[in-house]
Amino acid sequence: MTVERVIAQDIEASVREHQEHDAAGNSKFGFIVFLLSESVIFLSFFTGYIIYKTTTPDWYPLGVTGLETREPLINTMVLISSSFVIYVAERYLHDRKLWGFRLFLLATMIMGSYFLWGQAVEWRGLPFTHQSGLFGGTFYLLTGFHGLHVLTGVLLQLIMLVRSLIPGNYDNGYFGVEATSLFWHFVDVIWIVLYTLIYVWQ
Amino acid sequence: MTNLSLDPPISIVRGQPQPGAPDNWRRFFTFSTDHKVIGVQYIVTAFVFFLIGGILSMIMRGELITPEADLVDRTVYNALFTMHGSIMLFMWTFPVLVGLGNYLVPLMIGARDMAFPRLNAVSFWMIPVVGILMLASFLVPGGPSQSGWWAYPPVSLQNPTGNLINGQVLWILAVAISGVSSILGAVNFVTTIFRMRAPGMTWFRTPAFVWAVLAAQLIQLYGLPALTGGAVMLLLDLTLGTSFFAPERGGNPILYQHFFWFYSHPAVYVMVLPVFGIYSEILPVHARKPLFGYRVIAASSLLITVISAFVWVHHMFASATPGWMRMFFMVTTMLVAVPSGIKVFGWVATIWGGKIRFTTPMLFALGGISNWVFAGITGIFLGSVPIDIHVNNTYFVVGHFHYVLYGAIVMGIYAGIYHWFPKMTGRMYYEGLGKLHFALTYIGTALTFLPMHPAGLMGMPRRVASYDLEFAYWNVIASIGGFLLGLSTLPFLLNMVSSWIRGERVGNNPWRAYGLEWLTASPPSVENYEETPIVISGPYGYGGNKPLVEHAPNPDLTDFPESFTPQEQAS
Repeated sequence: MTVERVIAQDIEASVREHQEHDAAGNSKFGFIVFLLSESVIFLSFFTGYIIYKTTTPDWYPLGVTGLETREPLINTMVLISSSFVIYVAERYLHDRKLWGFRLFLLATMIMGSYFLWGQAVEWRGLPFTHQSGLFGGTFYLLTGFHGLHVLTGVLLQLIMLVRSLIPGNYDNGYFGVEATSLFWHFVDVIWIVLYTLIYVWQ
Repeated sequence: MTNLSLDPPISIVRGQPQPGAPDNWRRFFTFSTDHKVIGVQYIVTAFVFFLIGGILSMIMRGELITPEADLVDRTVYNALFTMHGSIMLFMWTFPVLVGLGNYLVPLMIGARDMAFPRLNAVSFWMIPVVGILMLASFLVPGGPSQSGWWAYPPVSLQNPTGNLINGQVLWILAVAISGVSSILGAVNFVTTIFRMRAPGMTWFRTPAFVWAVLAAQLIQLYGLPALTGGAVMLLLDLTLGTSFFAPERGGNPILYQHFFWFYSHPAVYVMVLPVFGIYSEILPVHARKPLFGYRVIAASSLLITVISAFVWVHHMFASATPGWMRMFFMVTTMLVAVPSGIKVFGWVATIWGGKIRFTTPMLFALGGISNWVFAGITGIFLGSVPIDIHVNNTYFVVGHFHYVLYGAIVMGIYAGIYHWFPKMTGRMYYEGLGKLHFALTYIGTALTFLPMHPAGLMGMPRRVASYDLEFAYWNVIASIGGFLLGLSTLPFLLNMVSSWIRGERVGNNPWRAYGLEWLTASPPSVENYEETPIVISGPYGYGGNKPLVEHAPNPDLTDFPESFTPQEQAS
């Protein structure tokens, strides 16, 4: 066992520590890459919607003149504000204030659930189905696929909330919360595009 | 100097394998998170499906040996070519290349594992599920999907049995799961390559194979979601009665073709880019010369990633495509040949004046490159609108893409498996059997796929169980070649199994190759390197005297070539 070998092993130990510290960075990088890829699915749906809408002669099925925009607008406001609320929650966690974190995360969940509920009420009151031509199909596809993402986001928030009850769970980093929050912002941005395409552009 | 008593402080293996995990061959049947185990799992599983897909193709060639449809029923024939294509692409070519990448990328960049080892294992274990779904479709009423590997509507929306669970639905589910697996794998590869390269390994010190894998996986990330989107819409049309692609309900079937080819043309590059990487790694080793134009070859991979996103409509020249689109995509298709040409030029210049050893991997690499040049030329034919309109959906197309997939890609995969076999097992394959395998494969490829070109130019349509008598001559030759290709897998199987069990032990670096993967034991230990290698020069230092790394990453191993300490330089 030479001195050089021991020094090399010392260096090795510090390199490894550095690598393990990097693991959280890797996760964040990987998650962002995943979200970028995920956004392409929405992008292809949006492209399909635009092509359908600009090329179909009778866009609305018989008896439908357009979509009601008032309730969806309220829903939109709730969803967009919830992005700020989850940001506040994340700041509380950053400052190690767990109760503030829990409170604001719960608020985000309530706002997300309100959005889903509003969506369900809107779906039930609509005079057309997913079989009502391309208009019906794309409407339910886009809102439904986005709704699934909102549901996933709320479930992720629930997991993060439960995990905050485990003592010391977030002491050594909270990548899960960061990812949940990032996902929520993503769902939000997608909704803004979706709302513009479906409700504003009628 | 109290530190001197620390012996051995680093030998605690962290993370994996889990305590109690088997250390022998049984580890290949566990949920291991070691990238090397997962790599072998991918390669072996994929090869099993390669054999299954090959048997399907031999039944088809048996059918086509006579002009009449006599061996199998026409609907069975439809199912056969559909499942042959789907299995060969989704269950063999993609997974086997992911497997090679899994095994080699962390070793080549000096990492201990992939960035997300557990995710890696999850991605792999989806592959058997996909395979079971694909094969299960043979058992459902009505049999497997009959709409071809591209599942164009309205054919794919017919559902003649009327059941909810039919071959087409199972096919879509299988493709969707395979897509999820590929996306997770791509996230893993991209993160690993971006963030886990060893200290000192700058982008232009990264091996060309790693560049190629990165380029391929970036395509997965931007392309695959489009196919997933299209597949979801197809599934809804098929099960819930929406009308996205159903023309009789006002839908637009052409849009599906756009979704499909937006991914599935770049997907060809997902498959061929890692093979380009394999060629770029093998030629320098066996010609004892640095890779010519390494930086350009590396960067041209990314150029392919970008250009291949803008060529997909060349599959749709005959799909009522407007003239401006035809012109635009014809030009981009010609353009994508440029980076491929750069690579071929680099490879030829690499072996030019080299000290070539005609080992099995080298033979496969050279054979594969020659086939690739041929396939590239017929590809340019097909990329030009007038010829494509003429030979669209004929055997000319079939011959072209089989030259790409078998001639270039499968040969490249074989080259890679032979080249890194001593790394994976510590033993050498049998050279004689390897050369026999090469001869059978090369002759078989030419016999099977060359005759498809004249048959196609004469006008023989693809995807038919019976044909005009005038095509019989070429079809008989192709069928004989097809059976020869089936035969060619036997020496390979024999070689791999027997040399893994009792091949000659050849030490850690039998090729005397440069590269981080050769600076560790063969087979590598669980975390690859005892010490993180610190890279101080670029790859492919053949004929030079620059060491690759600052110190040996495994100090106990001594049988390495000239590549790690300044004192032991090559003469």
